[in-house]
Amino acid sequence: MSEQPFRLFAGGRVDRERPLDFVWAGRRLQGYAGDTLASALLANGIHLVGRSFKYHRPRGILSAGAEEPNALVQLERGARTQPNLRATQVELYAGLHAEPQNCWPSLELDVGAINGLVSRLLPAGFYYKTFMWPRDGWMVYERFIRRAAGLGRAPSEGPDPDVYDKMHVHCDVLVVGAGPAGLAAALAAGASGARVILADEQSEPGGSLLATRETLDGEPAARWVERALADLGAMDEVRVLPRTTVFGYHDHNYLTLAERVTDHLPPGSAPDRPRQRLWKVRAREVVLATGAHERPMVFAQNDRPGIMLAGAARTYVNRYGVRPADRALVVAADDGAYAAAVDLADVGVEVTVVDVRAQAPACAEQARARSIEVLAGHGVVRTFGGSRVRAAEVAPLDGTGAGWAGGARTLRCDLVAMCGGWNPTVHLFSQSGGRLAWNAERACFVPAEARQRVRVAGAANGTFSLAAALTEGRAGGDAAARAAGFSGGADVALPAAEEGAEPAPTRALWSLPTRPPGGAPAKHFVDFQNDVTANDVALAAREGYRSVEHLKRYTTTGMGTDQGKTSNVNALGILAGLLGREVPEVGTTTFRPPYTPVTFGVLAGRDVGALADPVRTTPMHRWHVAQGARFEDVGQWKRPWYYPRPGESMHDAVSRECLAARNAVALLDASTLGKIEVRGPDAGELLDRIYTNGFKKLPVGRCRYGLMCREDGMVLDDGVSARLADDRFLVHTTTGNAARVLAWLEEWRQTEWPELRVWCDSVTEQWATASLSGPFARRLLGELTRDIDLDPEAFPFMAWRAGTVAGIPARVMRVSFTGEQSYEVSVGAGFGLALWTAIALAGERYGLTPFGTETMHVLRAEKGFIIAGQDTDGTVTPHDLGLGAMVARHKDFIGKRSLARADTLRADRKQLVGLRTDDPREVLPEGGQIVARAGGRPPVPMLGHVTSSYWSANLGHSIALALVKGGHARLGESLVVQLPQRSVPVTVVAPTFLDPDGERMRG
Amino acid sequence: MLLIECPWCGPRDEQEFGYGGEAHIVRPADPHALDDAAWGEYLFMRTNRKGAHRERWVHSEGCRRWFNVVRDTVSHEILAVYRVGEAPPAAGRRGE
Amino acid sequence: MAEQHGRQSALAGLGLDAQARISTRGAGEAGVRLGERPWRAQLALRGDPESEAFLTGVESVLGVAPPTAPLTVSSRRGVACLWLGPDEWLVTLPDRREPRAIARLEERLAGLHFAVNDVSHARTVLGLAGPRAREVLMKGCALDLHPRSFGPGRCAQSSLARCHVLLHQLDAEPAYDLYVHRSFAEYAWRWLCDAAAEHGLAIVAD
Repeated sequence: MSEQPFRLFAGGRVDRERPLDFVWAGRRLQGYAGDTLASALLANGIHLVGRSFKYHRPRGILSAGAEEPNALVQLERGARTQPNLRATQVELYAGLHAEPQNCWPSLELDVGAINGLVSRLLPAGFYYKTFMWPRDGWMVYERFIRRAAGLGRAPSEGPDPDVYDKMHVHCDVLVVGAGPAGLAAALAAGASGARVILADEQSEPGGSLLATRETLDGEPAARWVERALADLGAMDEVRVLPRTTVFGYHDHNYLTLAERVTDHLPPGSAPDRPRQRLWKVRAREVVLATGAHERPMVFAQNDRPGIMLAGAARTYVNRYGVRPADRALVVAADDGAYAAAVDLADVGVEVTVVDVRAQAPACAEQARARSIEVLAGHGVVRTFGGSRVRAAEVAPLDGTGAGWAGGARTLRCDLVAMCGGWNPTVHLFSQSGGRLAWNAERACFVPAEARQRVRVAGAANGTFSLAAALTEGRAGGDAAARAAGFSGGADVALPAAEEGAEPAPTRALWSLPTRPPGGAPAKHFVDFQNDVTANDVALAAREGYRSVEHLKRYTTTGMGTDQGKTSNVNALGILAGLLGREVPEVGTTTFRPPYTPVTFGVLAGRDVGALADPVRTTPMHRWHVAQGARFEDVGQWKRPWYYPRPGESMHDAVSRECLAARNAVALLDASTLGKIEVRGPDAGELLDRIYTNGFKKLPVGRCRYGLMCREDGMVLDDGVSARLADDRFLVHTTTGNAARVLAWLEEWRQTEWPELRVWCDSVTEQWATASLSGPFARRLLGELTRDIDLDPEAFPFMAWRAGTVAGIPARVMRVSFTGEQSYEVSVGAGFGLALWTAIALAGERYGLTPFGTETMHVLRAEKGFIIAGQDTDGTVTPHDLGLGAMVARHKDFIGKRSLARADTLRADRKQLVGLRTDDPREVLPEGGQIVARAGGRPPVPMLGHVTSSYWSANLGHSIALALVKGGHARLGESLVVQLPQRSVPVTVVAPTFLDPDGERMRG
Repeated sequence: MLLIECPWCGPRDEQEFGYGGEAHIVRPADPHALDDAAWGEYLFMRTNRKGAHRERWVHSEGCRRWFNVVRDTVSHEILAVYRVGEAPPAAGRRGE
Repeated sequence: MAEQHGRQSALAGLGLDAQARISTRGAGEAGVRLGERPWRAQLALRGDPESEAFLTGVESVLGVAPPTAPLTVSSRRGVACLWLGPDEWLVTLPDRREPRAIARLEERLAGLHFAVNDVSHARTVLGLAGPRAREVLMKGCALDLHPRSFGPGRCAQSSLARCHVLLHQLDAEPAYDLYVHRSFAEYAWRWLCDAAAEHGLAIVAD
């Protein structure tokens, strides 16, 4: 067991009473509760944590937070393994198991490092160039690239054993970030009584206050954080969400947050709680207090392990009690570096400061007071070392910063801490549509003009001093609460912060000189994750990629899982310099969600497995299941497809069901059909305007089949309507169109014809419907009802009657979709199973056969009845279907005018016909393309396609419906259905294969 | 996700609504009096405006009412909401 | 009871009575209580909210007038009238009172432009109550259910997870009635059980 040789004896926020064992790259190590994986590794003296994406160069921990480009790890194994997690954000827990990525066979000995030696073969735009030439090159290279490059591995074992949650929440003020500005904002907004959410991505709120040794009210700042959290905890309407990353800022102040609920616990140790939770927040006002990311400096070989951001080094010392090195070189373009130098020196690190600015700033005094050597006007020429930096060469810069002005000097060091300045974390502000402006003094983009209801405070706004950040945070929180209608937050007390020296301007030296005195150029890394160098940026600029968006895509800078948090501004600065323009003229790339990667699991939430989508079932569903029915998905409905008997194939079962329906009696669950009550004095008028045929004159007690079109004349839906009373119709729709047809009726009623006195209400779910078909249907029904006269004279085809069936109040409609004598019996849905069971029992002696949707399709196709959505596809008019007789001549209806358009009158429109295969046993595939003759040189003119096709057991041959160009004039013509391997000869016939006069269903 | 104010139910998420395209396209009183070109104009042609766009929405998951919205197609800002049959507001925002 | 004189509730297939017998004992500690409340008679009522004759006519039959304020519920003695839209309400009544209510409404409102449909079978009611009930709803419903925006006597139609729901808050505990369409009831039930598991769930009988 390791003894954490680089752990300080005291200090930091780790709990030395709670050691935690963990495994890194096969080694058992120890850290403490409160550590991240990164801080625990550093405490164990481990800096080398991964290999870079392209060149497989050894890489270390660069940062201490979300911006980390290098320290990406594969966490855990099996179904719970996760790739590309930032070690700087992974909280340590007992038994944690992590592996480095992108190295083989091991971290120290990596075969892919050969890429580094042949790096001239992998220039900027490598992928694009490979794509373009040679033309087929990509096919060859892709496999090699995919294996050699890439990051971690997606879990290959499934399913994901964890549960994920979602929450929708509304608030008056959402504060993002719980550093000093965010805490002050939340306190001010909370004190006003507003509903406040404070979200922070770290394990505990406090932000920068946990990472520095600054004091507030003369005490360590963390004390004030505790008090602030206690105050917030006492406010009923304030919700603090730690471990929660706000990753998306969408329209109308809609923000998405990912909370890592139990990721900090050993996997599977909290089975009752979700692993992660997605918060969907609608905020009236937003305060962004997202802090700032430190910029690396771009110098030769700036990517060795042991080279990290100065603020990160400071965080590891102060927050995690880690001494990251023995000898440190601190490289400064900004005053922030000096605080790091001081904090490192105070824990016993030997420190030298190199400042690229000509004059050391006022704050350098603190460093000098600790006997730290400060070399102003110097830069880093290059570094040395393998798996860890061991020395650096420094030299004086010339006045422009483009070259060296003197001899180099080599300094031994095992840490290079760099501070190139600070980039306000403007990602969310930019996602919200806000415009950025360039702050030349601090060399950074700052929020300028908001497009949504958002304010920015603290470092995120370019306000870097602690006292100013607190004040700005409070003002932002108060203003946000006021805008939401709450006041009283402006008086919240703020702690007194130390007054620091006036900061000196940041020097925007985007890249140090490329060539060491007398040496060959070496790699200056800009984007660590994607291995993009300053030279790559220069090459792209030379090749004409002058737009920042093109630069990004061409060089891949900023395209990694870190989305360029540490690299984008440096790349822009370099490009601007090459183009001789100012940084703001070059502009930034678009910031898009997510801010940091989120899991698919949290986006899916509980919409997985059995809950992925609603499964709608009819009241008779249990009976179907018990009878061994196979089910077909029709929209969200589960409908019985067919009912196989033991040993039967689908073909056998469907043939048996088809024969039963035509020769005895069969039973279909028709409950899923859409049903709409249309009521009011103008009910008939509304239907007349919607349907192609007339309904106003339909007598009470009778039913009529209707077709409805869209305004462009294309068939929208069909179905039977029954006139229940003078002012009352029951409209039936196709199962899948129930909601659409109701919405269609409402649209016209509300927006175009508000004068019509009519209501439309869905009653689909009110009724369960059992449909009897077959020559014995009437006799069977007669055994179940006493109060309905079934005599065909009294109850003719296309009529309906009310009464009781099996003792249950019922409505019976004599309509037929099968072409047989048919009765549809509807009862209150709760009685559906009772009705069905009673019919099944009484039907035994008639050989009653339940049938599913497949048989229904065959039976209706034998009759040539269409299914809207199968035989129509939104391009088919009533005339195309051969239903011109249903188009009323003496009234207008939706779509009628379009039926007279030149295009809808064309003779060569696709029209519905029947097809007979020359081989009666051949069943055509639906969707099969129809051509005039076999063979021929492409392009072969397509005449149409098969829309429905079945084996007809009743007819002893296959049948098909098809849409064929000019089909109505082709009856008797021979055509060919072209299949991938062969051609099937067919003959065009009328689309009615059985009982064309309808005697069976009328009888 | 847009936040759309239903004139009856108040502000709701966009996913509760259906979109109905451009508003104030009136169905010709006598379609058969129109030639193909004029009918095609009604049927197919829309303004596809950049900026303030008057459009129809229906609160399908709520009260099932159709209503009109003025939305800036660039910023997605909703400038006004009004009922079917009401005249579109002149310029300016709701409440002003 | 999930079954009554041959009539089956929407969730009859789940054996909820048996589940309730097992889990009701722990209902006191559970953060959420859930049960099916079947057999509520329901009428879809349409009419003109500006017609005094319509409003008073309905009130004279049902004892409650259709509320004209959006998203509100009028209720009295087991009869509730839930606002669904500016000319649309759902009336709920004790079981088996619907035939007479319909007949009396048709008689009393004769000559007015109105409509009443029996939809008692179309939806079932899921009772969701307990100190964490609101949080369970927030997992799948984007409405603002905070007491400042929503409370007892309020109703709203929206989505719960992937199905449509009519939500009626009964009291401040909070307790809700969730009206879901019959064919979606099993999905809604399973979703609620899954979402509530984190808070401790007790299945209760009506």
